[in-house]
Amino acid sequence: MPSDPAGEPVAEPVGAPGPASAAGSGGSAGSPYEPLVARHTLEFPGGYTRSVGPVIGRFMTELRDGRLVGVRTAAGKVIVPPTEYDPETGEPVAAPGGDAGGPGNGPGDDPYVPVGPAGTVGAWSWVPRPRPEHPLDRPFAWALITLDGADTALLHALDLGPYEPGSGPPKRFGAGARVRPRWRAARTGHISDIECFVPEVTTMVAPSRLDYTVPAGEALGRFLAGLAERVFLGGRCGSCAKTYVPLRVTCPACGRRVTEEVRLPGTGTITTFAINNIPDPRAPEVPFVSAYVRLDGADIAMLALVSGVPAADVRIGMRVRAAWADEVGPTMASVKWFEPAEPGS
Amino acid sequence: MTGGPAGAPVPPIAVVAFAQTRHAAADTEHTEAELLAPVVTAVKERTGRERFGFTCSGSCDYLAGAPFSFVSALDAVGAWPPIDESHVEMDAAWALYEAWVRLRKGDVDTALVYGFGKPSQGDLHKIMTLRLDPYYLAPLGPDQVSLAALQARAYLDATGIGEDALRAVAAGARAAGRANPYALDLPEPAAGDPYEVAPLRTGDCAPITDGAAALVLAAGDTAYELCERPAWITGIDHRIEPHSLGARDLARSVSTALAAERAGLTAGPPVEVAELHAQFSHEELILRDALGLPPGGSGTADTGDPAAGDQGTGGGDGSAGTGDPGDGVAVNPSGGPLAANPVMATGLIRIGEAAARVHDGTARRALAHASSGPCLQHNLVCVLAADPGAAADARAGDGEGAG
Repeated sequence: MPSDPAGEPVAEPVGAPGPASAAGSGGSAGSPYEPLVARHTLEFPGGYTRSVGPVIGRFMTELRDGRLVGVRTAAGKVIVPPTEYDPETGEPVAAPGGDAGGPGNGPGDDPYVPVGPAGTVGAWSWVPRPRPEHPLDRPFAWALITLDGADTALLHALDLGPYEPGSGPPKRFGAGARVRPRWRAARTGHISDIECFVPEVTTMVAPSRLDYTVPAGEALGRFLAGLAERVFLGGRCGSCAKTYVPLRVTCPACGRRVTEEVRLPGTGTITTFAINNIPDPRAPEVPFVSAYVRLDGADIAMLALVSGVPAADVRIGMRVRAAWADEVGPTMASVKWFEPAEPGS
Repeated sequence: MTGGPAGAPVPPIAVVAFAQTRHAAADTEHTEAELLAPVVTAVKERTGRERFGFTCSGSCDYLAGAPFSFVSALDAVGAWPPIDESHVEMDAAWALYEAWVRLRKGDVDTALVYGFGKPSQGDLHKIMTLRLDPYYLAPLGPDQVSLAALQARAYLDATGIGEDALRAVAAGARAAGRANPYALDLPEPAAGDPYEVAPLRTGDCAPITDGAAALVLAAGDTAYELCERPAWITGIDHRIEPHSLGARDLARSVSTALAAERAGLTAGPPVEVAELHAQFSHEELILRDALGLPPGGSGTADTGDPAAGDQGTGGGDGSAGTGDPGDGVAVNPSGGPLAANPVMATGLIRIGEAAARVHDGTARRALAHASSGPCLQHNLVCVLAADPGAAADARAGDGEGAG
């Protein structure tokens, strides 16, 4: 194995009784001690300094500047990350010093070509529990990324967003995904100058909110005022003889002004209904039932919640009555919901 | 007939003895030399030889974290008076290759080959990161499983095969391993096992294993003196691909296919046993493709595992007692590396297991494969046969070729 005087292996005895030098030498057989062990660390303190040479050096230098380059082989393939040789033939790709040296690279031609920064994912693997030496500390992917303009792929980590430790691989990710590097702000000329790759932007969230102040208006104002007294107010068209609830200013059938106010009872019939499984601010518990209830004496149904009965038992034609809130006022919230009415009512 | 250096015929070379430890999932409180000593002793006893013409070992000093740790392992061999000895910092399958080359010189007729690994002392997957290119790969810290999972994904995407195929390999390997006294006793992979690194789950990854193995090679008539049924090496070759994962087609093992062709795999009758150095489930599938073996789960068809049985794997396994040598090949009847992975010995064990099938008469022709480097970068294929005739024409990986 390589052994370099720059780094001395460090051995330190731990916890075991007896001299550390005896550790492991005799096994446990016949030893009066517990199994003897020593902790041993093999390390180049501060890291091992490597020469990179002209080809890898060029890549690392460009990397430090936030750029990606590949090197062109005699056959015209672009190798990324660059190697001093064509991985297929072993032929050198560039002469020392960075000048064009490989066959096919004419004098003065720079064999280094810009690639990326975007690339396409080929093979990938998913790490549910990153190891300490991994570049990311949350679940991430390893990916072979073919940068645009390159013919070979670069291995790097791919951050697909926040995932809980132990998460399985994302279902909607795979080969062909487009990714780009996330650069470190402080770069040194190291493969980790790219912190990781991240997917190209394919979706965005657009803020969407407008605020309004809406007056109830004449007819609805009267209706809501009725609710404050636990009364449903409808309007009867003198021409069509139809009763509308809530109260309206004009008859939607003939367009004439509705002048006759009608007090309707709090009982009615379900004409249709839906079972909802998405919570609503007015009905946080799911499933809940929303229904059209035609109040007795009305010719049109109105939308209301139905409660006090299992959702599965609600039927068209079911008789219901309004359940009033403890505190009523000029608001729809005065009606909590409709619930099954006693037989005969 | 291939000519030797002096024009003399090169004798055929055979595996004549093989021994391995009962591999352990946890530290057995032995040093490497202590792990190794029993298996070296075993092959010495089996051959009746105390000394060998050549000795070659494979190990990795990073496993122990000590430079030249393989030198102390020589204590298990006995190296005085000085012996002719060499070492590879690789799986011992490559030590066998060196010994095979050495024996072809013709001046010695026996070689001792051994390998050992004790990954329980450190963090194997982190250690394996150190073998990577130090400029572009190692600084990112990709561990062995992460890279293997990349290859698994590449294979699944390229073939359209689902993850269930990986589970079938893992289940077959573990079932076969439970029947192998030298392998670990690992449970059936469960459907809910977590991802180690997706798409690989725990059962798809070779277990951390301590162990050692030793075998003896002998040339010519000496082989018959030392072994009733020598396993003749009729071909052996190894090929390597670019290190950069991004410069390779990870879904295929071109180097394995080429090594197999060079080792004469396709030139003879079908093999009855194939021992593959697949440390991850998908590697077995990629290797089957490269070697022209039927696709399917690992192990034998009679493991009782329907997933493995439905893959069309034939029997022919000696240890588990199946017999279907006619139209099938038993792939990793030992359970393979997914059932025991004493790194640096695992590849040699593949050759030893395959040779053992020839020794016990359950196979006439067997295939062994060993691998090194990330994602099957470097592959060795060894063809073994009961018939020495073919071995006399054994092909050299260096292109010397058969005469």
